[in-house]
Amino acid sequence: MDQSEQNVAAPAQLPKLAALQDAQPQDADSTPTGSPIFDAMGVSIYYGSFRAVTDVSLAIYENEITAFIGPSGCGKTTVLRTLNRLNDLIPEARVEGDVHYRGASLYGTGVSPIAVRRRIGMVFQKPNPFPKSVYDNVAYGPRINGIRNKAKLDEIVERSLRQAALWDEVKNRLNKSGLGLSGGQAQRLCIARTLAVEPDVVLMDEPASALDPIATGKIEDLMHEIKSQYTIVIVTHNMQQATRVSDRTAFYSVLVDSENDTRTGTLVEYGPTQQIFEDPKDSRTQAYVTGRMG
Amino acid sequence: MTAMEPPAVDLREPAGWRRSKNQIATTLMVLAFVIVLIPLGFVLFTVIAKGASAISWAFLTGGPIPPNVVPAGIGGMGPAVYGTLVITGLAAVMAVPLGVLGAIYINEYGGRGPLARVVRFMADVMTGVPSIVMGLFIFSIWVLHFGYSGLAGAFALACLMLPVVIRSSEEMLKLVPDPLREASYALGATKSRVTLTVVLPAAIGGIVSGALLAIARAAGETAPLLFTILTVTATNANVFSGANTALSTQIFANATQPFLGAQSRAWGSALTLIAIAFILMIVARIVTARFTRYSR
Repeated sequence: MDQSEQNVAAPAQLPKLAALQDAQPQDADSTPTGSPIFDAMGVSIYYGSFRAVTDVSLAIYENEITAFIGPSGCGKTTVLRTLNRLNDLIPEARVEGDVHYRGASLYGTGVSPIAVRRRIGMVFQKPNPFPKSVYDNVAYGPRINGIRNKAKLDEIVERSLRQAALWDEVKNRLNKSGLGLSGGQAQRLCIARTLAVEPDVVLMDEPASALDPIATGKIEDLMHEIKSQYTIVIVTHNMQQATRVSDRTAFYSVLVDSENDTRTGTLVEYGPTQQIFEDPKDSRTQAYVTGRMG
Repeated sequence: MTAMEPPAVDLREPAGWRRSKNQIATTLMVLAFVIVLIPLGFVLFTVIAKGASAISWAFLTGGPIPPNVVPAGIGGMGPAVYGTLVITGLAAVMAVPLGVLGAIYINEYGGRGPLARVVRFMADVMTGVPSIVMGLFIFSIWVLHFGYSGLAGAFALACLMLPVVIRSSEEMLKLVPDPLREASYALGATKSRVTLTVVLPAAIGGIVSGALLAIARAAGETAPLLFTILTVTATNANVFSGANTALSTQIFANATQPFLGAQSRAWGSALTLIAIAFILMIVARIVTARFTRYSR
């Protein structure tokens, strides 16, 4: 793991961060609704010698939904997994550059990935409930955080399932297996499981790609519901979904170097969703969002 | 007469070589299944036919084991039943936790590291070691110094069970899908938490049935016990010291004799051993079903 020199941010670093954001042109014509929660600075991600993503810099703002779009293989998911250090689980993965989360370096020395992931939860592309009961699925996170009190757990389970708009469907089968739910229910169970630990940020990796339009609609409604309490970053292949749910959109693309026969993902354009879809600055973005490519 | 109107499309399997191939393959598979069943049926039939008459409560629990020349119906195999249960149980207590922990190390912690590779390779080599060699090994490093005992036999059986438990548990852990681990990590779980609360529960059904298969296999081993427990005719309650006896060695000792009583006792012991293995299999099924009730 490439440990960058930045340590956990001291307050003195904050002005410098603000200056960095000002330098990004795509932020100049928008007014962020909150302070930046993530600040990726020159992030390149390698799998062994393969450079999957090259030099991504972007700022993600609090209580907003940020969408990552782009063709397959452009590194959207890889960047997303960098935000809660889930790429650490892949032995040969390596990150260059740094990501600041609320002013603290995620890749500095001494940063515990466990502590990072307790604040930054993730919902995966394929619903992956544990082979446990519905109740135990949702209570899993609070339990590993040391909550043993039954009444408290009951309350957390009900609240999380209500937030995920699943309570009414499962309240009579809390002790049945989580694997017995339909695809859409299972995905909402996974969202409830993520919300149960009250994370600061929820990362979603194509959460609706395996679901039908009705279940997708439910998940999008739920994203709007919880937006006031959480910051959401979503990877999606569905551009309509990005326009429906997101405040900001980042368009990634694949750079092909035909001389060396290498491909790498790169951030092409980042800005308010409306601008990306209606007035893209980059011709590649325009080609993609109008359906002429990818 | 009105001729039957031929249907517009014919959706039947087309006649010819393809249909013949299908029939030949189906026949071969049924035949193979029947052939596989023949030895199994013969063994079961013979053992039950010759052993059932010997079985009685006194045979299972009574003792002492009579000399070979004594006719059937006198004495009992109680000491051997006791020895088999205790020695195999002790071997399981040694080998199963160690094997499961080893598998967890190989699959969850060691990964592609050199130590994990060495352990995996050694387990494979150990699986191939003949059981009699394992008996000789324990004889030379333990029995020569501390004498014959049930414990020595348990060591030999544990050495035989260990690689099987490691490899079967590892296969079960491999089957746990990575997205489950990632989901747990994404909630802020530590590696030990992920292993204990997600990976092990998801794999426990298979691990338990693999371990019970290894135990049942070890319960029938004869060769490694010949050098390690010797034989006695009365129950030796102390498994840690003094010679002991087991069903498998009693089968060996009795079946090689010309006396009818000894042969009857050998068949009875064989049936008892099969029954013990059968009971273990049923327990394995029940335990597996219990542990995997949320996996369906």
